[in-house]
Amino acid sequence: MSGVADYLLDPTTWTRDDGLLDRLVEHLGISALALLVAAVVAIPVGLWLGHVGRGGFVALNIGGIGRAVPTYALLVLLVLMPAPFGANVPSFTLALALFTVPPLLTNTWTGVREADPAAVDAGRGLGMSGWQLLRRVELPMAMPLLLSGLRLAAVQVVATTTVVGLVGGGALGRVIITGFASQDTRLVVAGAALVALLALATEAGFGAVERRASRRSRRGGGDAPEDPVPGGSTDEGAGTSAQGAAQAAR
Amino acid sequence: MVHAGSVADNCLVRNDWVCPLYVQTRSAQIVEALQQHVSILLVTLAVSVLLALPLAVLAHRTAWVRAFVLGASTVVYTIPSLAMFSLLLPVIGFNASTVVVALVLYSLTVLVRGLVSGLDAVPGEAVDAAVGMGYGRWRLLREVQLPLALPTAFAGLRIAAVSTVALTTIGFLFDSGGLGNLVNQGLTSNFRPEVLTATVLCVVLAVLVDLLLVGLRRWLTPWRRGVAA
Repeated sequence: MSGVADYLLDPTTWTRDDGLLDRLVEHLGISALALLVAAVVAIPVGLWLGHVGRGGFVALNIGGIGRAVPTYALLVLLVLMPAPFGANVPSFTLALALFTVPPLLTNTWTGVREADPAAVDAGRGLGMSGWQLLRRVELPMAMPLLLSGLRLAAVQVVATTTVVGLVGGGALGRVIITGFASQDTRLVVAGAALVALLALATEAGFGAVERRASRRSRRGGGDAPEDPVPGGSTDEGAGTSAQGAAQAAR
Repeated sequence: MVHAGSVADNCLVRNDWVCPLYVQTRSAQIVEALQQHVSILLVTLAVSVLLALPLAVLAHRTAWVRAFVLGASTVVYTIPSLAMFSLLLPVIGFNASTVVVALVLYSLTVLVRGLVSGLDAVPGEAVDAAVGMGYGRWRLLREVQLPLALPTAFAGLRIAAVSTVALTTIGFLFDSGGLGNLVNQGLTSNFRPEVLTATVLCVVLAVLVDLLLVGLRRWLTPWRRGVAA
């Protein structure tokens, strides 16, 4: 175990070419790209399906489908596909983004569906168009759930990016695999510890953003001053259902 | 091949994704991998259910156990599977046990949460009625609380089972065998039918296990038949 600490505390371990710093940057880069791609697809689709009240079966069951497909197998399938796929960043991004869509879609959809019907009615009564209703009423009310979906998605993508190392890509998984190839348990454990810490830090970081956002919206108004419902009480309800959906998504 | 010298043209040679000839000629290898995969799943589920029951009952009754179990399960669930396997490697060794222990940890988090929320949701009147009829603590648990917690507990069990099937795939790194072995061999030898066949088998296995568990839940909770899942 002390070998692991020595390895991790040696500055050259981090700064040399293809050192831990490079691997960490690769890991964060691939994760961020996949999260971005997934969010750009899943959030608008979830908002729209939730707004029109359709696609519930898909939105609620897509998590199960995602769970049943092994990340590693999907990555290998894409790596063995002809160009533009192969062992490259577009393949990795696509595979990881596919696994990141379910929590985002489920939580966004549920958030919009669970918007207080009285508030939605009130908005409609004020003559809001569908678009205004979505932007000014449903989206702000869906925000707590949407943010917890984002946290789940971020943790998930950071975790799955590790597997990229198994198919010849970089990122922190590569450190573990190099350890395996050279039968160096020290490397395996050091890489694994970094990955675990990164995942826990992601959970904590996105969790902090979530709590800050919910505090701000509770303090009143937020960025939706036209919100026909006074800020306080509805946020509490959405907060608890966010926990429920978060657990369901896991 | 009977005609020496002629180059055979079949799906193996063409490296087609879908290749019945592959399944035919390597059926022994495929069945072996599938058996290893299934036995890892069964051992994992059996051990986790046995551990989850007492843990959940304790967590349901004692506040600090509950806080500890729920906190620990969040941490465990956040750690990526490859990292979890690797961290256990020096402790347990280079064998299937490392994979099973990690999978048990993941399953436990889901199972205990499911069971605890199932026990929490048991209606107070049902408990009061049983106590009024003179049920002791143990009988109350066995005949009232656990049966009523079953539907929620099964939701957790299904998630645990399906995730376990998928997570077992990278167990090949730790010499645990399973369908991941085939995926890995297919990757290193650029052999597409092997990868696709193993992937499809993995997904089919997960779906079958899920359906079996739904059937089991219905059989165990006959009073709920006709109630939507």
